[in-house]
Amino acid sequence: MSPEEQRNEQDQEEGRWSRRSVLKALVSVPVFGGFLAAYLDKRALERARRQAVLQELGVSETGPAVIEDFMSRPPGERIRLGIIGYGYEGEALTRFAGFASPEWVEDATRRQREDPADKDLETYLAQNDLNVALTAVCDLYGPRAEKAVAASTVDVRPGGGSQSPAKRYDRYTDLLESGDVDAVIIATPDHWHAPISIDAEAAGVHVYCEKCMTRTAEEAVAMLQAFRGSDVVFQLGHQNRQSESHMKAREIVSAEILGPITLIEGTTNRNTPWGAWVWDIPEEAGPGNIDWAQFQENAGGTSPFSLERYFRWRCWYDYGTGLAGDLMSHEYDAVNMVLGLGIPESVVASGGIYYFKDGRDVPDVFQAVCEYPERGLTFMYSATLANGNYRGLQFMGHDGTMRLAGSLDVVPDNDSTRYDEKLEQGIISPDRPMFTYRPGFKGIDAVTSATAEYFASRGLLYTYRGGRRVSAYHLHIAEWLDVIRNGGTPSCDIEAGFEEAITCHMATQSFLEGRKVEWDPVRMQIV
Amino acid sequence: MQRFQTAALVALRLLIGWHFLYEGLAKLTNPYWTSAGYLADAKGPLGDFFSDLAASPGAIAVIDALNAWGLTLIGLGLLFGLLARPAIIAGIVALALYYLAAPPFPGMEYSMPAEGAYLVVNKVLVELAALVVLLAFPTSRRYGLDRLIFGPQPEPTSTAPAAAGRPSTPEPAPVQEVQT
Repeated sequence: MSPEEQRNEQDQEEGRWSRRSVLKALVSVPVFGGFLAAYLDKRALERARRQAVLQELGVSETGPAVIEDFMSRPPGERIRLGIIGYGYEGEALTRFAGFASPEWVEDATRRQREDPADKDLETYLAQNDLNVALTAVCDLYGPRAEKAVAASTVDVRPGGGSQSPAKRYDRYTDLLESGDVDAVIIATPDHWHAPISIDAEAAGVHVYCEKCMTRTAEEAVAMLQAFRGSDVVFQLGHQNRQSESHMKAREIVSAEILGPITLIEGTTNRNTPWGAWVWDIPEEAGPGNIDWAQFQENAGGTSPFSLERYFRWRCWYDYGTGLAGDLMSHEYDAVNMVLGLGIPESVVASGGIYYFKDGRDVPDVFQAVCEYPERGLTFMYSATLANGNYRGLQFMGHDGTMRLAGSLDVVPDNDSTRYDEKLEQGIISPDRPMFTYRPGFKGIDAVTSATAEYFASRGLLYTYRGGRRVSAYHLHIAEWLDVIRNGGTPSCDIEAGFEEAITCHMATQSFLEGRKVEWDPVRMQIV
Repeated sequence: MQRFQTAALVALRLLIGWHFLYEGLAKLTNPYWTSAGYLADAKGPLGDFFSDLAASPGAIAVIDALNAWGLTLIGLGLLFGLLARPAIIAGIVALALYYLAAPPFPGMEYSMPAEGAYLVVNKVLVELAALVVLLAFPTSRRYGLDRLIFGPQPEPTSTAPAAAGRPSTPEPAPVQEVQT
């Protein structure tokens, strides 16, 4: 008989509950004991490390302490909305208010059919119905004005149901005085922001205005005077104000986790003609369907008809504010939201037209250094439109660095005095974030895993509110409408807008004049 | 079966069980763990499907719970030899999904760099194959709690012609009682 046959026989004689059989069944118990010991040991170590870090930081593990509910109450009375300027941004804002153009709906439907991962249509239809009617449109280019009218009756929309068509106005003043609008979205080129906003305020019409708030510093002062203390609600279009990461960043800075912050670096890197404002010129566009004379008002008014100037207006200081007003404004507003910096004491800027030598007069490489001696820090902005290397926004403190993008992470500094013990003990390390905050998911992750950090830094994760994927633009418009109905202060109000505009204009003026400029808060002037 | 063969198979079962159990427990006890990032980066035949799941918070909540509990239970099953057959099959399914979510095929790049160098075959696939071996050569009714539940499985005798390939007695399903 072979040994196996002997064992089989033995098994059968003794039965399954014999001592020997039970021992065989429980053979893995010592292994499990080993597992348990190792597991508990590891868990205790991790807990201690996590507690040590969080205790030291004094920051909550959860999401932002206050996520303002973007709708304080369900939308009550219907708001009659006008859109002035229905270009790319105007069309997007109108859509985020609930009115996509039929063309967009068709295109998004096709995209979704071809690629189920394309969620644009779904996101649009899942928007809150903000209870607005699009009653008035104004655009100086005929086909776009007609497109906006078509959007006002679109039947594929959040809430559903087609509304009566908006009225088209050739001049914004007629729109404001028509009595048909309670609120307007202004998405014109920068040189029209101030005149339209100020006239809207005078007509008692609430304003959502795109950035840069104005084209010049004088206009910014005039707007501040018009809206300060006014009952008319003003919101500047910096949608980053709605970002959860930015709110969390504010909390981290108030908890002084970074130590004294001495340098903040904000950057823009784009590398496409589109990103450099070389936008499409429609084939059918010409002097016959563009109100060139009106476009030129408030812009010097001397240039002869030019399709480039009309459709690529950001390339000229007559209409726009260059990199300062278009993109530095975003970085600055993010920093201003987190730190409450206000207007810098002085700004030095430089740059040039180094790559897109296409007749533009705004630089495509631009750096601005803003000094805040009272706060003991410098905000530095750096941009090129001919390189796509993403550098992000960094707050650099003596004890740590905070990187802010779609997500947020904080890395301790190697030579931090506050964390020196913990660094020595290896509890934290400059090689990995002390914590990462990933919006929409599960809050802040102290001593995060390398994997999570990696994905977060690549912006692979979406933004959520109440478990739904939402656009920050939509939140920003919804907040504005909510304040109109129920009172309160919009998150990017006239004061924040004024600070943004003046800071950008200081940078532009410094670049144009080739000198350091300062802000005179008494005379309200750049000197 | 030779004692050495049995010991090697039981050791393999314990090691894989340990691995699954810790993967599961680590996820269960980390409130911030989520499969979203992993799924969002999925490539290969099921890449789009996984990316879609990643964009849905409802689906993610279910997937996260299934993953964490599934791994833990599979791990316990393998470690204790308790309902080992269903545990092994579930483990194979889980590993197949992980493999398909991020197959190391030529031309597929991932955000998260691999800790080794892989071409078509990676450690997930090797672990999957090891589970297939455990499915072919069950040990839980000799060394495991299944022995107490379903009764001891007779050992294949080394004199049988097919001893090295498969058990000489027809392999009973775990729910069937072996005549003793």
